[in-house]
Amino acid sequence: MPSLPDMATPDAAARAQEQAAGQTARPEDTAPEMRAALFEGLLRLGDNTLILGHRVSEWCGHAPVLEEDIALANTALDMIGQTQLWLGLAGEVEGQGRSADDLAYLRDVWDMRNLLLVERPNGDFGATLMRQFLFDAWHLPMLKALMRSSDQRIADIAEKASKEVSYHLERSTDLVVRLGDGTRESHARMQAALDDIWPYTGEMFIGDGHDAHLAEAGIMPTPESLRTEWDAYVDAVLREATLKRPEGDFAHKGGRQGTHTEHLGFILAEMQWLQRAYPGAKW
Amino acid sequence: MYAQMVKSTGQGVTPREEMTPEEQAFQDRIDADEKIEPKDWMPEGYRKTLIRQISQHAHSEIVGQLPEGNWITRAPTLERKAILLAKVQDEAGHGLYLYCAAETLGISRDQMYEQLHSGKAKYSSIFNYPTLTWADMGAVGWLVDGAAIMNQVPLQRTSFGPYSRAMIRICKEESFHQRQGYDIMMKMAFGTEAQKRMAQDALNRFWYPSLMMFGPSDKDSVHSAQSMAWKIKINTNDELRQKFVDQTVPQAEYLGLTIPDPDLKWNEESGHYDFTQPDWNEFFEVLKGNGPCNKERLGARVMAWEEGAWFREGLSAHAEKAAARRAAVAAE
Repeated sequence: MPSLPDMATPDAAARAQEQAAGQTARPEDTAPEMRAALFEGLLRLGDNTLILGHRVSEWCGHAPVLEEDIALANTALDMIGQTQLWLGLAGEVEGQGRSADDLAYLRDVWDMRNLLLVERPNGDFGATLMRQFLFDAWHLPMLKALMRSSDQRIADIAEKASKEVSYHLERSTDLVVRLGDGTRESHARMQAALDDIWPYTGEMFIGDGHDAHLAEAGIMPTPESLRTEWDAYVDAVLREATLKRPEGDFAHKGGRQGTHTEHLGFILAEMQWLQRAYPGAKW
Repeated sequence: MYAQMVKSTGQGVTPREEMTPEEQAFQDRIDADEKIEPKDWMPEGYRKTLIRQISQHAHSEIVGQLPEGNWITRAPTLERKAILLAKVQDEAGHGLYLYCAAETLGISRDQMYEQLHSGKAKYSSIFNYPTLTWADMGAVGWLVDGAAIMNQVPLQRTSFGPYSRAMIRICKEESFHQRQGYDIMMKMAFGTEAQKRMAQDALNRFWYPSLMMFGPSDKDSVHSAQSMAWKIKINTNDELRQKFVDQTVPQAEYLGLTIPDPDLKWNEESGHYDFTQPDWNEFFEVLKGNGPCNKERLGARVMAWEEGAWFREGLSAHAEKAAARRAAVAAE
């Protein structure tokens, strides 16, 4: 029997970084390499909105007030629209003839590139709101940076999406403040939601080789560059909401490289079922 | 029709000579097609009947989110998912307009919810049927929204101003929904064998429940007679049901689908289709709570309300704190 490797998987981000670093040596490969990085970068954007849009849409008809049913459906709708644009462009960049639908419905878990944060279960309404707030507070600065992308197609999508996302952030900020500084129960629920989801926020700011390539070409910002603004904004809102920022900076990661939590498989099983069960059918 | 069997005063139409001068003046305004506005004088029976009708309609929109919401996470393409989300969002919006219209008559939204959750107020029987395949998203749009439009188009001319204005907005969106539903049916009916089977199965299951949406025959109903005199109701249930059948049969033929009624046939003499009535016993059982999904639908709404109590209380508490802070600042 051969000796088995150590059970502890090396850090996925570090591994991807090593791989990407090893690939930069030959200048003649820059174009395909850049295309691969761009494809990855676009999947990361589109998969975030695809999976979070899915999660938010699970609330449809079950929200605590009618106005929230409307707002959540609207938010999910925006995110699905953004997914169509990001994954549509990803398919174009890949050049293999895959459409946005092919990418959304026919990739398995290991090919998905969303943050772990967005696949976390909805929990109570407070947990859903907190997840949305922490994501929106990252999403808007990300889109603002993308509006300055050297790739015009990306800048255009980011401009359109940023209008929607600035509203998402305004709404989630407002609700986090009001519920954090509401009743004792609403405060406790929001704090518990924050503590629970916090270790999934760090992944937003950890770059790898693909990010480095994209940043060098001025196509996308490095994840690290978004940290300061996010920290400042989140701190200010949490203060106003009388919530305590959790200590510690441990970050679960791997989603952006395709190593996910157990939850994503169930999301895909539900989302992709018709496409998988009836291959080739037109809907 | 999203409001079925709405009870009126139960006393039939009061003869003109027995009306008070106020009632006579009110009826004259109705007969002259004037709109009644919330602050105008109105008979108590008119107010109560309208509250019942509008709130039942609003509840139907809200509960109606559930059978379609059921398929959002399983929609087969991004475009279909977006369309379905937009549609369910529209329905929640219709609920909101209608609750607001009812509130102008002196009832709060919380009171109306309380009536829904306790089972006192009804919602349309159709939403107690399950949505089992993707083709049901087509059938709901085509048949259920189609039947709803049939009722709602005349209600745009209803006598109560806020209700009429809500209906004008709602009808625009509903006709869009119906076209979307038919578009899904076309894709299914002209698709693979499995898709055709789903489409036919959806029609089989939704045909009779859709006919039930108009309610039982009300040609002899005292409730309907009063509602028609007040122009809260414009057509009889049978007229609307016939119109729906006449409109829908050629649409089914175009799809190559068979309406599950062996006795359905064109009647040269009447210029309408003859068709089989739905099973009214089943309808009354559904109204009593024995439909396939009554427990799930109402249970989901009650759970959303109860589990959301902390959220609503949190927002209220914050609003009070913020007001107190503003008052303190102003006092300084």
